[in-house]
Amino acid sequence: MDAKTFDAKTLLDSLFDNGILFESGVDGLYGRSGTFEEVIERFEGIVLKVGGPDKATRIHFPPGMARAALEKTGYMKSFPQLAGCVHSFMGDERDHARLLGMMESGEDWTQMQEATEVAMTPAACYPLYPTVARQGPVPAEGLLYELSSYCFRHEPSKDPARMQLFRQREYIQIGTAVQVQAFQKSWMERGRRIVEDLDLPCEIEVANDPFFGRTGKMMANSQRDQALKFELLIPVTSIEKPTACLSFNNHQDHFGQSWGIRFADGTSCHSGCVGFGLERVALALFRHHGPDVATWPVKVRHALWGA
Amino acid sequence: MIDRIRTLLAQNPMIPIDFGALSDNANLYDAGLTSFASVQMMLAIEEEFDIEFPEQMLTRRTFSSIASIAAAISELTAEQV
Repeated sequence: MDAKTFDAKTLLDSLFDNGILFESGVDGLYGRSGTFEEVIERFEGIVLKVGGPDKATRIHFPPGMARAALEKTGYMKSFPQLAGCVHSFMGDERDHARLLGMMESGEDWTQMQEATEVAMTPAACYPLYPTVARQGPVPAEGLLYELSSYCFRHEPSKDPARMQLFRQREYIQIGTAVQVQAFQKSWMERGRRIVEDLDLPCEIEVANDPFFGRTGKMMANSQRDQALKFELLIPVTSIEKPTACLSFNNHQDHFGQSWGIRFADGTSCHSGCVGFGLERVALALFRHHGPDVATWPVKVRHALWGA
Repeated sequence: MIDRIRTLLAQNPMIPIDFGALSDNANLYDAGLTSFASVQMMLAIEEEFDIEFPEQMLTRRTFSSIASIAAAISELTAEQV
């Protein structure tokens, strides 16, 4: 992996050639090598160590969540193009025969499936809000969670840093506007330090979510105007357009309002999260330090493996 | 034009704001306008006035008050506020 050549296709081919990622036949769905996974585990170890003193409650959600919860959160208003709902066959023997006939003749058999109550989790924190809402009023000191989940976004691409199924590790603060702002600021500092210790070039910039369509443009402008989202960018497949590997998000009271997450006095809670794109960080490491982890700089090996 | 905007917005159930209590220059975000509601507002205005806001006008500022909305519409339609 020549550090001078930055393009998506070269990086993807090199990852396949070096047995770091494995093709599945679908862009954005890849197998991961043991070494790739070990890098992710070690990186998560660093994140957990840095976040440890905050004593967050740890929850691991599966990559599927209640479709009703996704709807209630307003995901289809903002990101209909990224959402994935799980469909299954629910017919009888007659329908089954019809389905097989359609497959045989090359027709679109998927219309024989119906939507299940499961949607793919689009971000690690989405399944959390209904869970918190069920617990009753939020204590004055707020709530802090540490989450991990495989996430799905429908955006097939040859860019290895844009996978359809990828993992996020997140810390979520639920509390007052001030608590959320302090949390966001603290993780921007801590996140930068973690990445710099891995000898990766990075910058933190104001960002916006990929809201859908022209109306989304307005949402994106509004998000930028208010500086609600920041991303830590590392060049992975392009120097001009570096990849967002960490994001720091202030949701204001969007989720608090959607889910009725309130303090005992009835005021809506604010929330914010820091998300670590685990595959993206691993890709950045392989991109900058080479396919063989044994030859990575001592500083980086020390940070990850502690020796 | 101001009255037409007020009537249009007051009728829209997706925009839960009491426009009758607000002056033309009152900040709609301070009055509780959410990002989602501001998008609904933009779509309703485009349809009513048969216009399409160019990208550079799709900002928080454009939709921050009834007066600023009217100014944006008149810029696009050359109609006097």
